[in-house]
Amino acid sequence: MIKTTAQKIYTFLIFVFLYAPIVTLMVLSFNASKTRAKWGGFSLKWYKNLFRNEAILQALWNTLAIAFLSALIATVIGTIACISINSMKKRNRAVIMGITNIPMLNAEIVTGISLMLLFISLGIKFGFTTILLSHITFNIPYVILSVMPRMKQLNPSTYEAALDLGASHTVAFFKVVFPDILPGILSGFLMAFTMSLDDFIITYFTKGPGVDTLSTKIYTEVRKGIKPEMYALSTIIFVSVLVLLLLSNYSPKDKKKV
Amino acid sequence: MKKLTALLLCGITAVSLLTGCGSDSNAGVNGEVYVYNWGEYIDPETLDMFEEETGIKVIYDEFDINENMYPKVEAGAVAYDVVCPSDYMIQKMIDNGLLQELNFDNMPNAKANIGAQYYEQAAAFDPGNKYCVPYCWGTVGILYNKTMVTEPVTSWSILWDEKYDDNILMQDSVRDAFMVALKAKGYSMNTMDKSQLEEVTNDLIAQKPLVQAYVLDQVRDKMIGGEAALGVIYSGEAIYTQRDNADLEYVIPEEGTNVWIDGWVVPKNAPNKENAEKFIDFMCRGDIALMNFEYITYSTPNTAAQALIEDEDIKNSKIAFPDLSQYENLETYRYLGEEGDELYNSLWKKVKG
Repeated sequence: MIKTTAQKIYTFLIFVFLYAPIVTLMVLSFNASKTRAKWGGFSLKWYKNLFRNEAILQALWNTLAIAFLSALIATVIGTIACISINSMKKRNRAVIMGITNIPMLNAEIVTGISLMLLFISLGIKFGFTTILLSHITFNIPYVILSVMPRMKQLNPSTYEAALDLGASHTVAFFKVVFPDILPGILSGFLMAFTMSLDDFIITYFTKGPGVDTLSTKIYTEVRKGIKPEMYALSTIIFVSVLVLLLLSNYSPKDKKKV
Repeated sequence: MKKLTALLLCGITAVSLLTGCGSDSNAGVNGEVYVYNWGEYIDPETLDMFEEETGIKVIYDEFDINENMYPKVEAGAVAYDVVCPSDYMIQKMIDNGLLQELNFDNMPNAKANIGAQYYEQAAAFDPGNKYCVPYCWGTVGILYNKTMVTEPVTSWSILWDEKYDDNILMQDSVRDAFMVALKAKGYSMNTMDKSQLEEVTNDLIAQKPLVQAYVLDQVRDKMIGGEAALGVIYSGEAIYTQRDNADLEYVIPEEGTNVWIDGWVVPKNAPNKENAEKFIDFMCRGDIALMNFEYITYSTPNTAAQALIEDEDIKNSKIAFPDLSQYENLETYRYLGEEGDELYNSLWKKVKG
C-alpha cells in the first residue's frame, strides 16, 4: 500500500518537474501584462502580435525550411552511405562506422567553430546556405545510426532472388530493399528534423547577417527581455507536436500492411 | 502512420516553398548596408522607411552582448558597415584598430541633433569624437519601493543597511557590482588601484548576506512584483517598471554613477562606408530617433527627438532625461585592458565564491 502511494507520488513529481516550466510558459502566453510578475487578465494579444511580427515569422520559416531540407538531403546521403557501408568488408565497415560516430560525440561548439573556419577559408558567403550545409553535415550520422540496424537485419537472399527473377538493380532495390528499410529511413528523417530544429550553437557560428532561426532570434532578445510573442509561439509549437504525437499513437493500425 | 507521415511531409514542403520567395522589394538599387545591432534595439519600421527613401537595402543582424559581437567583427566572417557597441567596447575596438574615422560632413543630422553634452560624455572612450555617434544612453541607479522604504534614498550606502536584510537586488555583472561599491566609497569606477579594489571587495563580501539575489534583467519583474525593496537598475528599465507599479521610485545616488552610451561606429573593413554614414545620419533625424525612443524606451541623446515627445510626463522625466550637470562624479566605463579584466574578474570570483 505504502509502496504504491510512494510510487504514485514519485511519478507525479517527475511529471511536475518535466512539465511545470512548459505550463508556466503557456499560462504566461495568455497574460495581458508584459511582465511575468503581474496577471493582467486573459488575452490573445500576443498571438495576434505574433502573426503580425515579420521578423519572428521569417525566423520560423527559416527554421522549418532548414530543418526540412537538411533532414531530406541528409536522409538521402545517409541512406546511400548505409548501402555501401553494408557491402563493405567487416574491418572497413567498423572503421567507417567509427568515423561517422565521432561527430555525434563531438562537442557542438567544436563542430560549429570548425565549420565557421572552414567556410571562411573557402570564402563562402555566410547566410542561408552555410546554415543548411552545416545542418546536413551534423544530421548525416543520425540518419546512418537509425538506418544501419535495419540494413543489417535485411536478408540478402531476397535481393538476389529479385535479380534472379529478372529485376534490374534499381527495380530490385526499390521493390525489395527499400520497403524493408523504410521505417529506419523515416525515423532517421524525423530524428534529423528534430536535431535541426533544436540546434542553436552550430547555427550561431555559421549564420550570416539577416538570416535568423528561432533559437538565434530568441537569444538576441536576452538583453531587453524575451518578448511574450515568443511564449505564444512556443505554446503553438508545443501543442502541434503534442497533437502530432497523439495522432501517430492512436491512428488506425496499418503497421501490418508493410 | 504512413499516411500521417506523408501528410506531415506535404505540409512541411508547402511551408518551405513559401519561404523561398518574398522579401524582395525595390530596395537595393543604391547598394546595401550591413547593420549589426543589439536585439530589439530599433523600431523595425524605421528600417523600411530608410530602404524606401534611399534605395539602400538594409541587411540587419543582431547580437546579445558586446563580448559576442567583438569576435565576429574581429574575425571578419561578415564585413559589417555599421555596428552599435557600448562605450568600453568601442574603446577596445579603437585601441585594436578595428574602426575607421567618421566623416561628420556627410552626417548633418548627427552634427546638429545630438546634444553636445553627450559628445562630451562620449569623449571619455572616444577622444576627439572621431569614431562614434551616440545612439542610446542611460544611467544606473537605485530603484526602490516607496511602501517598503520610507526614508529618503540618496546614497549607495543604503544597500549596506541591515534593515533591508534579504530585500536588496544587486546586478550580477562584474563592472556594475564594483561600480556600486567603488562609488559608495567615492572612488573612480575605472580604478586600477589594488588597495582600493581590495577594500571594496571586502565591502561586497560584507554586503552578500543582505543581498536577496544577484540578477540581470529579472530585477524588473522582481521589483514590479514587490519581491524586494531596493534594486540596482538601468534607467531605461526603471521607466518601464513604473508603468506597471506606481510605488516604484528611481534615484541616482549623490556619489555619482555610471553613464553608459551605446553608439554607432563603422568597422575598418566596412565595404559600404558611404551607405553606413547615410544610415547613421538617417537614425539621427528627429522623427526617426523619436520612433526608436518610443520603441526602445532607453533615453535618446537626440535633442530634436526630445523636443518632439508629446507625452509631457516623459518629456520632463528626471529618469529619462536627468540634468547631467547636477551630478558630480558621473563616469563612463573605460576598457581596462586584459590585465584589468583579469583583476576585476578574479576579485568578483572571490565575492561570489
